[in-house]
Amino acid sequence: MLAKRIIPCLDVKEGRVVKGINFVGLRDAGDPVESAQRYSDGGADEITFLDITASHENRRTLFDLVDRTASTVAVPLTVGGGVRERRDVSELLHAGADKVSINSAAVANPTFVRDMSEAYGAQAIVVAIDAKRVPGEEGKWTVYTHGGRRDTGLDAIAWAEKMADHGAGEILLTSMDRDGTQDGYDLVLTRTVVDAIPIPVVASGGVGTLGHVHEGLTAGGADAALAASIFHDGHYTVAEVKEYLLDHGVCVRPPERT
Amino acid sequence: MSAGRVAIVDLGLGNLHSVAKAFERAGADPELSADPEVLLRADRLVMPGQGAFKECAHALAGEIGEAVRAWIDSGRPYLGICLGMQALFESSEEAPGEKGLGIFRGTVKRFASDLLDAEGNPLKVPHIGWNQIDSTHPVFEDGEWYYFVHSYYVVPDDESLIAATADYGGPFCAAIARDNVLACQFHPEKSQHAGARVIGHFLGDVSWS
Repeated sequence: MLAKRIIPCLDVKEGRVVKGINFVGLRDAGDPVESAQRYSDGGADEITFLDITASHENRRTLFDLVDRTASTVAVPLTVGGGVRERRDVSELLHAGADKVSINSAAVANPTFVRDMSEAYGAQAIVVAIDAKRVPGEEGKWTVYTHGGRRDTGLDAIAWAEKMADHGAGEILLTSMDRDGTQDGYDLVLTRTVVDAIPIPVVASGGVGTLGHVHEGLTAGGADAALAASIFHDGHYTVAEVKEYLLDHGVCVRPPERT
Repeated sequence: MSAGRVAIVDLGLGNLHSVAKAFERAGADPELSADPEVLLRADRLVMPGQGAFKECAHALAGEIGEAVRAWIDSGRPYLGICLGMQALFESSEEAPGEKGLGIFRGTVKRFASDLLDAEGNPLKVPHIGWNQIDSTHPVFEDGEWYYFVHSYYVVPDDESLIAATADYGGPFCAAIARDNVLACQFHPEKSQHAGARVIGHFLGDVSWS
């Protein structure tokens, strides 16, 4: 039976982890490679890097980081942030990313997703959707871009369907209402997208407790749960999340014996 | 026994970095090549798979495909991964009319779109993530978890080829083994320690026939 995935996300800027990580005994809390290694040793099913480097000139640092991570970490690595053109995709994949996440560029040019999927395979193309509730309208969300600053006016559900149709391998769905709140995933949004599209959905935004992860994967129906701060802040380890899920009847890959 | 020279078939279809790195971690010094001479000089051959069956079939229609066939005939160890497994069969629903290498009789099928999980929810395609295998084969570990990412799976005519199955709306073929040929639908290079052990077996002198 296919396991639900637990995916720690690391925000990186100019090759460094943005938020401090409280791993015991970490030599360099700012080194994404070391953190990714720790997560994978602890049972993470995949690792995601979100590059928030403002300028495009510093991309070399990211490629180097991806290369070093892929050399040591033997679980899939997704990299997103600033992916605008074919060269960005090919360079990240060449550096060792298994999947590349596309966000604003997909909105600017949906054909870009289709082209990349045809060129590199759907398995390598994730479309990230930042969705926010439309005030006063129940069950309606629009798509935001540019780090949540720009409302595109696109209906998030229709957009997810379109991206699945364009060859996205999976959808990384972030609730902008919940991101950073630790109030839990937007379960209605997650469930609505999960039920609307035939490809896997990774839920993101709002996890604060073990119960939040559980409900995202059950009531929300997500195929994978992505979280950042609960891991970085040292509240829970990946192994603790998995033990909780196993105790509550969710199929996950148990932390590995080594 | 030393692993000897390991060659990775480069069909120019995608990222071979992960596979190369996994072999490096296992102590090998793999060479990526599209040159039949280089491939045929190696002691072990690995064919990873990415991209689509159609492009793969086209790439194998020429001299590289002949080299892979000659390699397998020579009795030296072959490891196919994902599309490198599917390409060993005759045809695929992904690209009707395109021919695989036809080393084994059988086809490659797509997961049906109406499969349901235990709770009655529709199963997503592609099948992405960690799944557990059933196997009695010495190279694979019964009950172990490996990373899969695919929409298609092989259906060998000869069921005795099947070395492992996994369950996704029903059992499907997760690995095959016959004589010098080993191939898996999952990605050992992405399957952490469990995957590293598969690669270790391939590089070692374990007999898997």
